[in-house]
Amino acid sequence: MSTKKPVLEVRNLRVEFPNRRGNLVAVDDVSFTVNEGEVLGVVGESGAGKSMTGSAIIGLLEPPGRIAGGEVWLDGERIDNLSQEAMRKIRGKRIGMVFQDPLTSLNPLYTVGWQLIETILTHQDLTEAQARKHAIDLLGEVGIPSPEKRIDQYPHQFSGGMRQRVVIALALCVNPRMIIADEPTTALDVSIQAQIIKLLKRLCDEHGAAIMLVTHDMGVIAETADRVAVMYAGRIAEIGPVQDVIKKAKHPYTEGLMGSIPVVGHDLERLTQIEGSMPRLTEIPRGCAFNPRCPQVFDRCRVERPNLIDVDRSSAACWLHANGTSKTEAAQ
Amino acid sequence: MQVEKPIFEAVDLSKSFDVSAPLLRRIIHREGRATLHAVDAINFRIPRGKTFSLVGESGCGKSTVARLVVGLYQPTGGKGVFDGHDMAGKRSRKEMAGLRRRFQMIFQDPFASLNPRWRVHDIIAEPIRAHGISDDERDITRRVALNLERVKLSARDGEKFPHEFSGGQRQRISIARALASEPEFLVCDEPTSALDVSVQAQILNLMKDLQRELGLSYLFISHDLAVVYHISDYLGVMYLGRLVEVGPAREIFKNPQHPYTRMLLDAIPDLEMTGRKRIPVGGEVPSPISPPSGCHFHPRCPFANARCKSETPGVTSLPGEIDVRCHAVEEGRLAAEVEKLKMQQSSAA
Repeated sequence: MSTKKPVLEVRNLRVEFPNRRGNLVAVDDVSFTVNEGEVLGVVGESGAGKSMTGSAIIGLLEPPGRIAGGEVWLDGERIDNLSQEAMRKIRGKRIGMVFQDPLTSLNPLYTVGWQLIETILTHQDLTEAQARKHAIDLLGEVGIPSPEKRIDQYPHQFSGGMRQRVVIALALCVNPRMIIADEPTTALDVSIQAQIIKLLKRLCDEHGAAIMLVTHDMGVIAETADRVAVMYAGRIAEIGPVQDVIKKAKHPYTEGLMGSIPVVGHDLERLTQIEGSMPRLTEIPRGCAFNPRCPQVFDRCRVERPNLIDVDRSSAACWLHANGTSKTEAAQ
Repeated sequence: MQVEKPIFEAVDLSKSFDVSAPLLRRIIHREGRATLHAVDAINFRIPRGKTFSLVGESGCGKSTVARLVVGLYQPTGGKGVFDGHDMAGKRSRKEMAGLRRRFQMIFQDPFASLNPRWRVHDIIAEPIRAHGISDDERDITRRVALNLERVKLSARDGEKFPHEFSGGQRQRISIARALASEPEFLVCDEPTSALDVSVQAQILNLMKDLQRELGLSYLFISHDLAVVYHISDYLGVMYLGRLVEVGPAREIFKNPQHPYTRMLLDAIPDLEMTGRKRIPVGGEVPSPISPPSGCHFHPRCPFANARCKSETPGVTSLPGEIDVRCHAVEEGRLAAEVEKLKMQQSSAA
């Protein structure tokens, strides 16, 4: 479809957590690509497996979690089977990360500058003075005023929004090809959130990096993403261009999700309500995981699990579109 | 304007906290006392059966207001009047007891606000016993079942413990507990912030249904403007302890006056993807311990002038029952300047 090169390709990814009673499947058969200069949004409610997908890609799954199947490709190189040591070189250098809580992703005992310079020196062959200059430039680029002074301060001397900027600067240190941002604005106030979204988008344009933006906030996705994947109970329910997913949802879950979000300017007496809540990983129902809550459920949904099916410009894992072609084979 | 007596009225309600360093340190470093004005003389009224929402960013004092309203804090100035009773004037337990039953609070985190060692039945029965509404076990069981059904849970759920429920169900239990004493007024401090959107929709719908059935009045605290738009009749916008704009919610959303309200509304992510023009958002909320002089918002305000830096704006009442604290609105120069800024932006783009 697009002529741009894919930066990240995830194929049939499966993440399992083995325990005494068997395997918990946290991520099941997830496939997507993120192209150069593109923002892929990944949305879903808590427990949908969106953060787990991000952690699996960068090889930071907490044991006993493990990748039980599928492949992850970065710029044409397979990275899911690399050693810890090789993966460590890729993290920070070719994949940057931004996490939800900026306070826990910075070391409180070192100055912001020390942390930036350390990261730069680990991955690039520069002198300390050059690295420091680069760090100051980066802080300026992410919109921190008087970076030459701020560089010698500690994380606690920064406000929440400024800290998140520092974390983004850290992720950008070595011009990564891919940035994985896990709920980067969730801990921030709305006015700061708007600033951070703008910053992420600008950096994506300027550096040509690909961004995978994991969030539960549809509003943030609408503002930032080019394409969006909606996850439910460990699988992708729907994936497609952001306008299509938001305005012409193909999966009943996406439709319900969109209807349940209050919007300023929409005078509704009641919000659309999806009954019940997402199943626990131990009790995912047979057939389509959404079937007990789905208003349009029919017999096939209760017995057979749907794969992604192409519908217009999106694909949805829903039997309502069963006359289309199956996406899983077509994607290969 | 409102003929009917409001269920709650805040009159110059204030709360300040002493945040001074320890005495010895103050002497050594020659520091003075420091006071944090968490809530600075705010005025609003909540009509019976309506929802009044307070919005603002973290640290603006909205949760402190919630605590003042239910009496968890004593105000340091002004008063809260509940249904004609001055709450600050009633210090004795006996006097308060009669009133206490009539308002309840719902908290943000349904994981922290329910005792994990108590069965749901006991959690909901506690306010019934504590307020002396009933001491007959059969009657209590009946009331607990009634309240569980009101929040769309089943009477049998009373036998379970909180950990057996999901976040949304737990929030329903908190609501059932709040309803157990048959209150008229609920103070809800970010009741849906910890929930997923689909569950949030369930709780918001439930709150609206209960309001209609039981004639409840709500004070709703939130940072999510879309939620506030959906649920509110009246709206107050707080910034660093001050209420900068207050009035009917629809009116404020349609036609925001104060530059801070405009900024907040502009910052809402746009689900419609219309690509509308926005006034750029700059800066962050300053520390409430040393707020900026004059109008607290002036360092971030694109329309600030010398007067804004030195003089605290008073209340300007506008048609449509809207009260705004802004010099630019009072001087009538705001509308023209907003237009000018938008022109500049579009020519720059």
